[in-house]
Amino acid sequence: MFELSGLVQWIYKIIAGISTSLGLPEIILDVILIALMAGAIIAFLMLMALFLIWWERKVAAHIQDRLGPMMTGWHGWAQTIADALKLLQKEDIVVANADRKVHYWAPVVAFSICFAVYAVIPFGKGLIAADVNIGILYILAITTFTTISLLMAGWGSNNKYALLGGMRSASQIISYEVPLTLSILGVVLMAGTLSMGKFVELQGPYFWKWYIWPQFLGFCIYVVASTAELNRTPFDIPEAEQELVAGFNIEYSGMKFAMFFLAEFLNMFTVGAVTTTLFLGGWNPPFPALAFVPSWAWFLGKSLFIVFVIMWFKWTYPRLRVDHLLGFAWKVLLPLAFLNLILTAVGVTIF
Amino acid sequence: MTDVAKNLQLTEEEFLLNMGPQHPSTHGVLRLVLKLRGEFIEDLTPHVGYLHRSIEKIAENRTYAQFMPFTDRIDYCAAMPCNLAWAVAVEKLAGIEVPIRAQYLRVIMTELNRIASHLIYLGVMSLDLGAFTPFLYTFREREWILDLFEMTCGQRLTYNYMRFGGVSRDIPPEFAKSCKDFTKVFRKKINDYEALFTNNPIFLTRTKNIGILPIDIGLDYGASGPTLRGSGHNWDLRKAQPYSSYDKFNFNVPLGKTGDVWDRYMVRILEMRESCDIVDQAVEGLPEGEIKARVPAAFKPPAGEVISRVESARGEIGYYIVSDGSTKPYRVKIRTASYGNLQVLRYLSRGWKIADLVAIFGSLDVVLPEVDR
Repeated sequence: MFELSGLVQWIYKIIAGISTSLGLPEIILDVILIALMAGAIIAFLMLMALFLIWWERKVAAHIQDRLGPMMTGWHGWAQTIADALKLLQKEDIVVANADRKVHYWAPVVAFSICFAVYAVIPFGKGLIAADVNIGILYILAITTFTTISLLMAGWGSNNKYALLGGMRSASQIISYEVPLTLSILGVVLMAGTLSMGKFVELQGPYFWKWYIWPQFLGFCIYVVASTAELNRTPFDIPEAEQELVAGFNIEYSGMKFAMFFLAEFLNMFTVGAVTTTLFLGGWNPPFPALAFVPSWAWFLGKSLFIVFVIMWFKWTYPRLRVDHLLGFAWKVLLPLAFLNLILTAVGVTIF
Repeated sequence: MTDVAKNLQLTEEEFLLNMGPQHPSTHGVLRLVLKLRGEFIEDLTPHVGYLHRSIEKIAENRTYAQFMPFTDRIDYCAAMPCNLAWAVAVEKLAGIEVPIRAQYLRVIMTELNRIASHLIYLGVMSLDLGAFTPFLYTFREREWILDLFEMTCGQRLTYNYMRFGGVSRDIPPEFAKSCKDFTKVFRKKINDYEALFTNNPIFLTRTKNIGILPIDIGLDYGASGPTLRGSGHNWDLRKAQPYSSYDKFNFNVPLGKTGDVWDRYMVRILEMRESCDIVDQAVEGLPEGEIKARVPAAFKPPAGEVISRVESARGEIGYYIVSDGSTKPYRVKIRTASYGNLQVLRYLSRGWKIADLVAIFGSLDVVLPEVDR
């Protein structure tokens, strides 16, 4: 009833009608449609990032016996908008002797990558921009770029704290990329596909068929490893405030800082979205009887729940030390991920 | 920086990192010059003195009573013991007897302040380890203690509560109930903190066997208080040289075993429990009577010198007073616990990582104004 796919098809029909009546070639129609889809996704994600920042502050506040932002609108809903406007007005400072080009492009890289992922995320029934047959591989490839942006920020800032942060983030993300990929491989083996849309279809609206049950170990490894990929507590050593002040983004101000900040929150939502798609049935309801709730609402609800769990980690745990962190990745997560992969392979072969 | 770099004699693979004076985890204004090899600390030099306020010199130009508010500013996290130490020193110099009720009130206030100070330690320590939430929990409990202080002397941070021969004001009638409620609730809160930390695997890996302080090294550098008791050195002035009728109370001195960051944490947690017991005993057994001995307004202690010390939340705080018989001290030397405790930082953190330095420094519970005075 409230499915957005009808709206999408309606818009498609209107634009197709206009273009055929004007006699435009098909390629222009495609370009217009892709631009519209990209625009819609970016608009949605910007709103989502603003919402997530407000939400994180509220979650943190309520965990800590506080109220959080309360002054700007109902329960401070406009606080992030006010903060974003403030950051937009701030002076953009570039330190002396910084590698100016690298310094300039680092936030741009970080910010643009997190949008690229959403091309293959199924937001709801019929709401996927490009259901390519290698969707999950594409996501893994794209998210690895985050390391490059952090290294660029660390190197380009001409600051020792930033450099230490960049170095730490490189070693951390490279280490955690391995168990992360291996944990996803379990799902891929079971589904026999790499397409994000297929994952959702295969799981269906029956919660006992979702991959979280056979792949529970993989699910846990994925959430832990992706928390590390996100540089969030207890794995936030690249920006460890008490050690490196702010780590890689120490020399950024104004909107460049905001871009890193927004990118962090968007990446968090990416993790929620990918976890939902791979393990929690995507936009499917848990029972067919609950299908009257629109599919995009299921997707958003599940993704935001994962995001909430990641926020919960942050406001509960202390931070690990860099060598423990790497030791945990190589000595604990990696063998477990291999075990999971082997068990899945055996299981898939037998059944 | 260049002269510092020369002194530390860097090789090619090493680099110098200036940590502070402004840095989130230097607890004030401390500058640490670190010689790093990657993440490892080869050497470090603490630079103190950014907060120097000449408190010792100020003492020479104030009367004995006028100097009392300045003692609050030595260690603002635990101002009561600083107050008390000055009062005890001057009383020893002038031979003033303190009424027993005043002594009990002093004990109540000092122990409450010890809890408040340890709460700051716990919150800041957790913040140093990257956990933000316990910081707000400990400050929530500290608020109650500050309310109790406000009820008694009108101040929340710098109390100016002790007087020569007693205390400035008696406790109000509602104090006893509120105080008992506090200790009752607070014991449960300590269990909550322990649930968050004591056996948390991340906390254990960050604190166990890190920054081990041997007793002899600690004694050589002049460390004291929970920092040294964490290593198992059984020395608490409240037991060893009782003052202000501490010998009338029944309490234990918690000791650590290995002297690592975790032991120093555990000693403070246990000390908070012991302080709760002492406060309860003192409030229940609070005798009736005067709260202040009669001391002349124009107070002139006899000429001579005196040294006196008490156990503050951070360790031993002591005053050495030289009196020439006038209304003002001729010379005052203040021995503060944080200064001695900070000295062991260099020994403790060599060979560890930056993240451990932060944990070690947090576990020493240094208050920078107390270091610089």
